[in-house]
Amino acid sequence: MNKIIKIAKLIYEYTKYGEEGDVVGKTRAIDDVSLEIEKGDFVAILGHNGSGKSTLAKHLNAIFLPTEGTVWLGEMDTKDTDHIWDIRQRAGMVFQNPDNQIIANVVEEDVAFGPENLGVPSMEIWERVEKSLKAVGMTAYRRQSPNKLSGGQKQRVAIAGVVAMKPDCIIMDEPTAMLDPHGRAEVIETVEELNRTEGITVVLITHYMEEVIHANRVIVMDDGKLVMDGTPREIFSQVEKLKSYRLDVPQMTELAYELKKEGLPLRDGILTVQELVDELCQYV
Amino acid sequence: MSIRLEKIDYIYEPDTAFPVHATDHVSLTIHDGEFIGLIGHTGSGKSTLIQHLNGLIRPTSGKIYYNDKDIYGDGFSMKELRSKVGLVFQYPEHQLFESDILSDVCFGPKNLGLPKEEVERRAKHALALVGMDESFYGLSPFELSGGQKRRVAIAGVLAMEPEVLILDEPTAGLDPKGRDEILNQVKKLHEENQMTIILVSHSMEDVARFASRLIVMDHGKVQFDGTPTEVFRHYKELETMGLAAPQVTYLMHALKEKGWDVNLDAITVSQAKEEILRVIKKK
Amino acid sequence: MIRDITLGQYYPIGSPIHRLDPRTKLAGTLIFIIALFVAKGLWAYIIATIFLGAVIRVSKVPLSYMVRGLKSIVILLLFSVVFNIFFIRDGVVLVQIGFITITAGGLIQAAYMAVRLIYLIIGSTLMTLTTTPNDLTDGLEKSLGFMKKIHVPVHEIAMMMSIALRFIPILIEETDKIMKAQMARGADFESGNLIQKAKAMVPLLVPLFISAFRRASDLAMAMEARCYHGGDGRTKMKPLRYQKNDKIAYGILLFFLVLMILLRLVG
Repeated sequence: MNKIIKIAKLIYEYTKYGEEGDVVGKTRAIDDVSLEIEKGDFVAILGHNGSGKSTLAKHLNAIFLPTEGTVWLGEMDTKDTDHIWDIRQRAGMVFQNPDNQIIANVVEEDVAFGPENLGVPSMEIWERVEKSLKAVGMTAYRRQSPNKLSGGQKQRVAIAGVVAMKPDCIIMDEPTAMLDPHGRAEVIETVEELNRTEGITVVLITHYMEEVIHANRVIVMDDGKLVMDGTPREIFSQVEKLKSYRLDVPQMTELAYELKKEGLPLRDGILTVQELVDELCQYV
Repeated sequence: MSIRLEKIDYIYEPDTAFPVHATDHVSLTIHDGEFIGLIGHTGSGKSTLIQHLNGLIRPTSGKIYYNDKDIYGDGFSMKELRSKVGLVFQYPEHQLFESDILSDVCFGPKNLGLPKEEVERRAKHALALVGMDESFYGLSPFELSGGQKRRVAIAGVLAMEPEVLILDEPTAGLDPKGRDEILNQVKKLHEENQMTIILVSHSMEDVARFASRLIVMDHGKVQFDGTPTEVFRHYKELETMGLAAPQVTYLMHALKEKGWDVNLDAITVSQAKEEILRVIKKK
Repeated sequence: MIRDITLGQYYPIGSPIHRLDPRTKLAGTLIFIIALFVAKGLWAYIIATIFLGAVIRVSKVPLSYMVRGLKSIVILLLFSVVFNIFFIRDGVVLVQIGFITITAGGLIQAAYMAVRLIYLIIGSTLMTLTTTPNDLTDGLEKSLGFMKKIHVPVHEIAMMMSIALRFIPILIEETDKIMKAQMARGADFESGNLIQKAKAMVPLLVPLFISAFRRASDLAMAMEARCYHGGDGRTKMKPLRYQKNDKIAYGILLFFLVLMILLRLVG
């Protein structure tokens, strides 16, 4: 199989300094994580704040470098500084705050920012911008100021900016944390579409459980360690375990779990309203 | 205590060709001891509405009464109003500015011109209300986690000892644990300290769980105002406003369609559980 | 709603002046200013008036917009007029009361000076009215590119200007938000003497700075993640290229300047 990301025994530590610049202590944000991600996958990483999920994501495009262990993107070791721009071109990143990642004052010029940095010729930049804006459904806004867009629209512009760099993989670091439900749906639908039609690998970091239902693989992190790994159904059939990692489950999963505790023989890992209705009707 | 709004109209850029009615002739009364969930999509006018309640925004037209007194009438003290009606903005941790937590929480009561001992007493009490003990007093806000910072910021408003607490999306950007901590504390303030609560939220599940009254805003107008059960009966209309009902509501309707004799008014997981078990037992 | 404000004073319509390359407009403004200082004699001023009038006409920007720019210099204008009237003693003496002497030459000089200042302001206002801040930044970056040789970080300065343009409205909105949040905690930004007012700003400024720094660090990371590594090897989506109209504009400008110089030499 074609692995796009390989992480081997990754450890990341950062040093805490006191007021006089003295070393107060070391914190291990990532503790011996090994992981491989297939090309074309939609992988969701869950975990509460401080579980190390964002730190892990920032290793995938060499924003952070391992203290120990190795991260490969394709054949490239992220520690190899010769490849740093190739790595960042191939693994694009979308961040949490929609305002703080848009650089230009016009939507289309922002989308062009990545290709401009890569030295793509002007004519080709126009083509890429055109195509990327179309892929995220923002063509109608191309000449607008980003300040006039909603949060969800800004995140779509940010995604277009990454797509214009022709990446193999998009890493999304809590892209929906600051959005309303409408904006969240907008962003998730956009990446799902890119994953499906363009075959771009997606790594989505989030703490909204509804967003991971459509992923084909879910990874749970806690205290810097990788603690669960499986399909959404496998993960959500372990309600107690998820709760012990201070995570939620979708409301229907929770209800099915409660009913099961009351003695109803429902199957594990129910995710949606439809599934629960079918299951209940089958039982009665 | 009561707050009464009479035909509140607030217009952005009234001089332009396209005036925007952020609130459009809103009339409503907030009674003592209520727990109100205020919902509406972004731009529906809910943020503008809550800023009227403590006089931060002056309506273009309409009247606001606090305890039957016009807040823009003669001799009305705006400072007193702001101490009685506490408003916690979105991402309130962005307003922290002191080098230690206790001093920051003291800022509000100090502005009320209270004596030093009273200021400290209130600040310590407020921090206790959000579950932060003495060990936190001397810490810098930067040493705290996101959820903790937000609790300190909420304490900064609680230290004014308000009768009404308005929270604008207090759980935005927090993880499930941080969210539950904040919501449970708000619930406690309502139940144990008899505070009137107005919770602005995007989560139907959250308001269904906590609020006793729901106000739904759309295009600057109040579209629905009633108990959560009553409001969620209109789930189809809510959808046209870019909102939704809790998932449980959809489940109940789907079961009803399949011929189950469930009560459609269940809106929380525990209510749904009871209903489903009740119907199954009968069968 | 604050986010809707446009910085600078761009007047968004399409006109031949709007479509000119920003470098042409920058150079044109400079040439016009030089010409004003070269100008001497009534004919020179008449030609300058015709030139300016024609450019305004072609730009399709209402004259009232340019007059607005003059409000800010009224005092400067009055001062220089008064100075010229009272202190230039040249030609026929018109009025003499005590130590005050007003001469015909002084009046003429004052009038020329006023016209010169007014045209200067109108000319540069016209440039900002017809050029977006972005284009202006691009134009400056390219025009001043030669300064890179003497180690002036032209690209970096232009990038900073463009980022500032994007973030100023966001920070203004943020200021408003923090101010309201502190007012909800009883803060008072209006009453008190100067020192009390300055002290009252602390709860506003500290959070604002923290937020600005957080945004800056977020933005730097986002830029690096999108392969930004300075101006070297960078291409442009919209590179500046002179069009036929720019060449015509340069021609007219040069002709105008030469004419003004000739008039001065002849006069």
